[in-house]
Amino acid sequence: MTTPTAVALEDAKVAFRLGDGRVYTAVEKAHLTVAQGEFVAIVGPTGCGKSTLLNVAAGLLKPAAGSVRIFDQPLTGLNREAGYLFQADALFPWKTALDNVAIGLEIKGTPRSEALPQAQKWLTSVGLGAFAGRYPHMLSGGQRKRVALAQVLIRDPKILLMDEPFGPLDAQTRQVMGNLLLDLWNADRKAVLFVTHDLEEAIALADRVVIMSAGPSSRIIGDWRVSLPRPRDIFEVRLDKEFHALHREIWSVLKDEVMKGYAQSTHAAEAV
Amino acid sequence: MSRPTLFALQVLVAVVCIVLWQVLSTVPVFGKILLPPFFFSNPFDVFSQIVKWFASGVIWKHLGITLAESILAFVIGSAGGVLVGFWFARQPLVAAVFDPYVKMVNALPRVVLAPIFALWLGLGIWSKVALGVTLVFFIVFFNVYQGVKEVSRTVLDNGRMLGMSERQLMQHVYWPSALSWMFSSLHTSVGFAVVGAVVGEYLGSAAGLGYLIQQAEGVFDVAGVFAGMFVLSAFVILIDYGVTLVERRLLVWRPTASDGRG
Repeated sequence: MTTPTAVALEDAKVAFRLGDGRVYTAVEKAHLTVAQGEFVAIVGPTGCGKSTLLNVAAGLLKPAAGSVRIFDQPLTGLNREAGYLFQADALFPWKTALDNVAIGLEIKGTPRSEALPQAQKWLTSVGLGAFAGRYPHMLSGGQRKRVALAQVLIRDPKILLMDEPFGPLDAQTRQVMGNLLLDLWNADRKAVLFVTHDLEEAIALADRVVIMSAGPSSRIIGDWRVSLPRPRDIFEVRLDKEFHALHREIWSVLKDEVMKGYAQSTHAAEAV
Repeated sequence: MSRPTLFALQVLVAVVCIVLWQVLSTVPVFGKILLPPFFFSNPFDVFSQIVKWFASGVIWKHLGITLAESILAFVIGSAGGVLVGFWFARQPLVAAVFDPYVKMVNALPRVVLAPIFALWLGLGIWSKVALGVTLVFFIVFFNVYQGVKEVSRTVLDNGRMLGMSERQLMQHVYWPSALSWMFSSLHTSVGFAVVGAVVGEYLGSAAGLGYLIQQAEGVFDVAGVFAGMFVLSAFVILIDYGVTLVERRLLVWRPTASDGRG
């Protein structure tokens, strides 16, 4: 029996029309699949279009060419099977933590009286049971990410799309959040597409690490399977020999792209 | 600084001003009264005028009318501003077409409209309400327009990805955002509602605080003019305090400047 494919990007190309009429190709012919229950991380240098690719999978962006299939159905409009965790703060600032989580259910038509206890349960499972009445501005960056995670997971999406969700957090909080994510994911193993610029984070979390080249017209240039045993502890797994070997191997490819990406971004800045 | 000290200092300013005023308007300095009573009256006369108004009860009718006009102007102006603000922000074409006209009307000093409103709506309260509406409307309109347009892209995308329909986006994203902008201008718009009412009364009416002041001026009753101004100031401060209470209740989710955004 083969596991069904949750997300399939087939030769997806993403291009933007610039203000002066030129066309900027962000991603060229990307081919990427995520199987059901698989955790895939996309790593690439700044500006390589990895978030763009994620937005295509979410249906927020339309590919200029190629196709997107979600559970073997071509994607039209927004991806209704997916939950999306944003890099920037995306909570509704005028709702309390509890209401922010409950809204995920209320949108579907769940009565408020049923949505609230469930939201409270989810807040507790991300460790914020005591913060239900707080507004987002009263929470720390890490706490806001926890609420956002609960907001997405309460809808029980089949696919989880994450755009550098822990990017703005400090190093320790990131590791704690990584472990929390793995714990929650372990419960029902959703298909995950996780974008990050942090190779260590990618290896520690994912089943597969996909590397993208520096933009523009970036493409997927590598695909590694991570066979570290699960369940993993992010703090422990980093000490593993296999982890180091894999890190060295992937980094040897990624390094050149990072330097290229860096050179291009400084170049672009000078041109401006 | 502690609150009692601050309050004591605030009171001190008032006391010093009133005492200076009383002394300079009654005691000659170098054989000359610096603030001639005919032009400046004196605190005692002003105070007794206020007491007389309240004791006889005539003031309540005028206060009530000014309050009613202010509330009506505020409610109608806000409702209009919210509706049109929403409409323009969601329909960029409409906004673009009407843009020069909105700017034109907004640039017009509203006082010149007062006689027209008096002509159209008579000397009753509605001509004053109309004047207040033209002031309130634009403040609310610009704020709501801004609020709807400046909804964070990420928050909007999040709403969409969570499965919100256009109607739900309206209810959970656009509306609260627009309201928060509207409330941030609440003090200004309520203040303008009162200004509209009082200026309208001043220019032609049979009741209200503006009418009281205008009447006193007409007979060179300077004490009456000052008394009217004091009652008006106290009235505005009370309303402003009420607005602060409402604001605190409704904008509880907003970070205040002092607790940072960390």
